[in-house]
Amino acid sequence: MRTLLLLICCLVFQMAAAQQAPDSAQSTPERDDNVLPSLLLELTEANFRRMPTLVTEIEQAGGRAVLPLLTVLQDGQLYYQVDTRELVRRQESDGGRVTLTDVFSDNERIDVDNQSLEMVRINNRLRAVLQATIARIKLFEGNDAERAEAASIMLSNLDEDNLVVLNEAIADEQVPSVAAMINVALAMNLLVTDAPQAERLAAVEALNGNLEGPVRNLLRSFLDELGRNEQDLEVRAAMASALASIERKVRFYQLMEQAFYGLSLGSVLLLAAIGLAVTFGVMGVINMAHGEMLMLGAYTTYVVQMLMPEFITYSLWVAIPAAFAVSGLVGMFIQRFVIRYLNGRPLETLLATFGISLILQQAVRTIFSPLNRLVVSPEWMSGSWDINPVLSLTNNRLFILLFSIIVFVILLLILKKTSLGLQVRAVSQNRDMAKAMGIRTDWVDAMTFGLGSGVAGIAGVALSQLTNVGPNLGQDYIIDSFMVVVFGGVGNLWGTLVGAFSLGVANKFMEPMTGAVLAKIITLVFIILFIQIRPKGLFPQKGRAAE
Amino acid sequence: MSQFSKIWGELRQGGNTITLFVIILFFSTLLASLSNMFLPETSVLHVSTYTITLLGKYLCYAMLALAVDVIWGYCGILSLGHGAFFALGGYAMGMYLMRQIGDRGVYGNSDLPDFMVFLNWDTLPWYWYGMDQFWFAMLMVALVPGLLALVFGWLAFRSRVTGVYLSIITQALTYALMLAFFRNEMGFGGNNGLTDFKEIAGFDLSADNTRVSLFVITAIVLAVVFVSSQLIMRSRLGRVLVSIRDSEARARFLGYRTDHFKVWLFVYSAVIAALAGALYVPQVGIINPGEFSPVNSIEIVVWVAVGGRGTLYGAVVGAILVSYAKTRFTSLVPESWIFMLGALFVFVTIFLPKGLAGLLKKRRQRDNADSGGGGIAGLGVSGEAKS
Repeated sequence: MRTLLLLICCLVFQMAAAQQAPDSAQSTPERDDNVLPSLLLELTEANFRRMPTLVTEIEQAGGRAVLPLLTVLQDGQLYYQVDTRELVRRQESDGGRVTLTDVFSDNERIDVDNQSLEMVRINNRLRAVLQATIARIKLFEGNDAERAEAASIMLSNLDEDNLVVLNEAIADEQVPSVAAMINVALAMNLLVTDAPQAERLAAVEALNGNLEGPVRNLLRSFLDELGRNEQDLEVRAAMASALASIERKVRFYQLMEQAFYGLSLGSVLLLAAIGLAVTFGVMGVINMAHGEMLMLGAYTTYVVQMLMPEFITYSLWVAIPAAFAVSGLVGMFIQRFVIRYLNGRPLETLLATFGISLILQQAVRTIFSPLNRLVVSPEWMSGSWDINPVLSLTNNRLFILLFSIIVFVILLLILKKTSLGLQVRAVSQNRDMAKAMGIRTDWVDAMTFGLGSGVAGIAGVALSQLTNVGPNLGQDYIIDSFMVVVFGGVGNLWGTLVGAFSLGVANKFMEPMTGAVLAKIITLVFIILFIQIRPKGLFPQKGRAAE
Repeated sequence: MSQFSKIWGELRQGGNTITLFVIILFFSTLLASLSNMFLPETSVLHVSTYTITLLGKYLCYAMLALAVDVIWGYCGILSLGHGAFFALGGYAMGMYLMRQIGDRGVYGNSDLPDFMVFLNWDTLPWYWYGMDQFWFAMLMVALVPGLLALVFGWLAFRSRVTGVYLSIITQALTYALMLAFFRNEMGFGGNNGLTDFKEIAGFDLSADNTRVSLFVITAIVLAVVFVSSQLIMRSRLGRVLVSIRDSEARARFLGYRTDHFKVWLFVYSAVIAALAGALYVPQVGIINPGEFSPVNSIEIVVWVAVGGRGTLYGAVVGAILVSYAKTRFTSLVPESWIFMLGALFVFVTIFLPKGLAGLLKKRRQRDNADSGGGGIAGLGVSGEAKS
């Protein structure tokens, strides 16, 4: 009983707060304070058939004040105590830490026992109802972007309730983006009713160029003989032209999206290949264990996250230098103890480093198990940038694209502007002459190898955000990386850049037509043929250094 | 001691290598087969059918290693994609065996292999036509990989793709084929490959006699391939090949069309690999896209490296030894094998660049120097110039 009272108090307080807000005051319907608590109690025992109507009743009874409750329910965080049937919000962080808070306020509830909680279950039908209900409420609450999104959600469900809300909202809507969205909804509704021809033509005009999915579906249905099948020829023609122009726009944005995915794949290839471009391209050493340097980087990310579960957000910033160090040191170790003894015997180097790659893979398999490990993406990496309903770019791909270019520029600067870079280039051009000039070629070799491997480690951190982290991670990229380096031209970082992005984009543009696997095969065959025509790649090294 | 070195000394002399190799192969095959068929199972010397199949498998690997040694040891072409030719030969054989199943499959469809019925296909793809004829299938075993090697080699060697570049694109070739064969749409059974074979040319594949016969046939083919390769390498053609390996530019300036030599040698090697594959499939009873995986191809190279390249017999010995070690270690401690294999790569390349054969040769030379006998100078094949 005590808890019930507490709940009611809580609600009353919330409602009072809601009524104080000027714009929501007049639209909040009259409600009976006794209904809501009993409805909330029913929430803990209702079955899936009852739930949708129950949610609607709660909305009617509680008005906008129930928004927190509904969102918590939608996120699957609504729990109740088995004995008192009191509702609480239960959140579980990535690290497995459970926090219990009050549903309507953010006050932490330490008096509630986690063990005694039962979840309020939801299914897909209920989820749809919740989305619509939340959208209705959010049209008035929240910031402009949220309100515009709420309006766009309502487009796909233009029933009586929603129209009443929309008409009410447009009356004193100040924000253009929200108003535009509501107008689209109203125009869609107008088309469905028996309005005069002129009004309907205006409505079609208003819909022209809109990229929302429901708009397209509605227009298509009007033009479909089995659908609404518009009879008025003039309106029909207008609809056809509107739909055509919308679809042209959609196709354009889809192409943009494909290009983005291509660039994203290109950035991954660039990251994977750029370390190889240093060791293979500049030093002329084939390192078949390069893929395993990527793998080590990815596993370093995993270990760092294991060590600091409370700070997942910052873990990547720790993982990047850590991965560089781990992979770089392993790379230098390989150079000092194996590759150094195989100088000038490229085929043997290839075999020996392949053996090392096997050992590293198996070592990881023994230590971390052959199963894939889960690397958590920090919050700022997840989510996406929604440019319009058709085009949205995921944040992690965007960040990695940016990151790959930063890594490329840094590496380029190291090779062009630092004394280490100068020495590396000197050694790659003429080892004996460089030695005669007093360059410690042994040291330069080790440093170059460490640099190339370290960059691969950094690439592994980025890859851990996109793909599964497992012992085979490196294997999946090694052939692609070699293809990129060979395609772009050995010994040329710019060639690697161009090679990676052009292969990535070409691959993604082929994919819709051929499927992912065939696209990859075609790319491989293309490179095999390309090497026949230009054996030294896109940007061959010129001059005496070439041989 | 001197007895040993005497034998090895003779082994190094051209003609005797062949004789000795064939004799050893002949007797071990005969012994294994006879003890399998005529000794009672309780006897200590009895060789089980399982062992016979295992030996047959090793001989197929030996043939494959021989194929790689022919191009790598004698012509300096390191192919990291020879598993592709092996698997293609195996698939051609597998298709024939698949068609022999007839209506004994799970679905009892006499026109289509099980996996096609499963995929709801109603007709046989055109490239499966004729594969139910033994002679045609055998033709395809040699023809398809041979043609692929011809086209690939012609493209690669004509534009003078050499060294590591060639190695990498051969690896890409087998990788691309692996991806392709994993697709169900290709019509080769996708992920599962071809399996559940019943009989070959009318003989039951699970019968002991068929198994022994397959083993004997494998040994005979290996002997033929070994002899023909040895003859090629000792002919004028072989000398040109070695000169290409040692200095391609010089051979070219002397007027040899080096690319032609390399292309035909590549085709020859691919066909040997394909034969090995075709003999391998009926013995192990399955062929799947995993055979195309780049790791398999690299494993072949390590066989040759361990045995010693440029000797042919070294490749055979290396393949058998390493495969035997693999069988033993994977059954004892499964995880250790990969470590061992990796260490083997590093160890052999750094400490044993000429493989086991090189070790023996060094020994022989030292013994010769000790006894003051007529030591034969020179290394590898070039040492055999006199014969």
